[in-house]
Amino acid sequence: MNINATLIGQSIAFIMFIWFTMKFVWPLLLTAMEERQARIADGLAAGEQGQKDFAEAQEKSNIEINKGKEKAATIISQAQKRGDEIVEEARDLAKKESERIKESAISEIEQEKETARQDLRNQVAVLAITGAEQILMREVDQKAHNEVLTKISREL
Amino acid sequence: MTVETITSKSYITHHLQNLVYGKLPAGFERDGQILEEAVWTLAHSHEEVVEMGFWSLNVDSLGWSFFLGAIFSFFFYRVAKTVSIEAPSGFSNLVEMIVEFVDNSVKDIFHSENKLIAPMALTVFVWVFLMNTMDLVPVDWLPVLAQKLAGDPHFYFKVVPTTDPNITFGLSLTVFAMILFYSIKMKGAGGFLSELTLHPFSSKNMIVQILFIPANFLLEFVGLIAKPVSLALRLFGNLYAGEMIFILIALLPFWVQWTLHLPWAIFHILIVLLQAFIFMILVIVYMDMAHQKDH
Repeated sequence: MNINATLIGQSIAFIMFIWFTMKFVWPLLLTAMEERQARIADGLAAGEQGQKDFAEAQEKSNIEINKGKEKAATIISQAQKRGDEIVEEARDLAKKESERIKESAISEIEQEKETARQDLRNQVAVLAITGAEQILMREVDQKAHNEVLTKISREL
Repeated sequence: MTVETITSKSYITHHLQNLVYGKLPAGFERDGQILEEAVWTLAHSHEEVVEMGFWSLNVDSLGWSFFLGAIFSFFFYRVAKTVSIEAPSGFSNLVEMIVEFVDNSVKDIFHSENKLIAPMALTVFVWVFLMNTMDLVPVDWLPVLAQKLAGDPHFYFKVVPTTDPNITFGLSLTVFAMILFYSIKMKGAGGFLSELTLHPFSSKNMIVQILFIPANFLLEFVGLIAKPVSLALRLFGNLYAGEMIFILIALLPFWVQWTLHLPWAIFHILIVLLQAFIFMILVIVYMDMAHQKDH
């Protein structure tokens, strides 16, 4: 347990190992560790960014869905309104048409009535003349009395 | 150890003697013979070690210390070369954990710019830890193995480098040299001298200040010298005491040894790690003090 040159040997070894560590061990290890740290930090940041992006996209899609729903609702209500309108229009049209048909029928009936009346009148005139002939028991000169007959038939 | 009977005293002293390689002078009486000329050899006894003087080497501590340092360098270098950024695994994780721990300690304590400090702290921490850990190897395994391999029952072999003050002082004096170097480099020779002489007592009065200088210098100088001494002796003392207790436990009958050996070994794991940590932290603190421009 005496002090001897081992002291010097140990000092030399110490300096050698420090030099070796400084040159070949420490920088390599520390660079690698720092690089890994940076990568992990980047990864975490990217993950966070992704999560944020996802949340944003979700929000956006929700808004879009709501917009779509609103649009669909307005379209449906518009269509309903339009349908109602069409039905209303059709009803009006049908009413008008039916009225027109009725009127034309009435006018036709009126016309028929007039024609029938005319016929009847003519026939009554003929009948009246025939009746008068019978009553007078003689033939009436048609040509002579034509004027009277026309007057009667007109009065009828 | 097999031929002669072993007494407790011889067992202990044998365990505390390093394997020393040095020069024996001519005329020295060795194993009953007188040497005719000086020889470089391994010491066989404590007397021979004393005779060899300063220019001798503790082959065992230095060998183990160098071997453990090489193991540290090799494994850390291999990890540094093959480290995977994508998927670190196994041993690489352990290495990175240690590196990160040392890096954080340096960042917390050391406030100047110096690329040397962190690698130095890492080297000190792992190396001292490995050297301390040799204390957990049962005290007779490696020495007996060495004796068998050498074929010499007297073969000295200490396996825990940090129980050798040469090793701890070798570390702490290197640190001390760096303290001096960086103190002068960062503050200039004048700045360093004024730090040693103008604190802690200072006065605006010139004459009083001059009177204070010797007292200041005495205090600061003792403080400066205390750094390497305490650094080395703390590590050495803790590990030497721990080793000593393991040796004493080994003197007990083999069937009760474990009752003391086990708790002490478990407790010693803590000391092994703690001393390595303290050594590293103090190195960083001292280097930080050397770099600070204002006291």
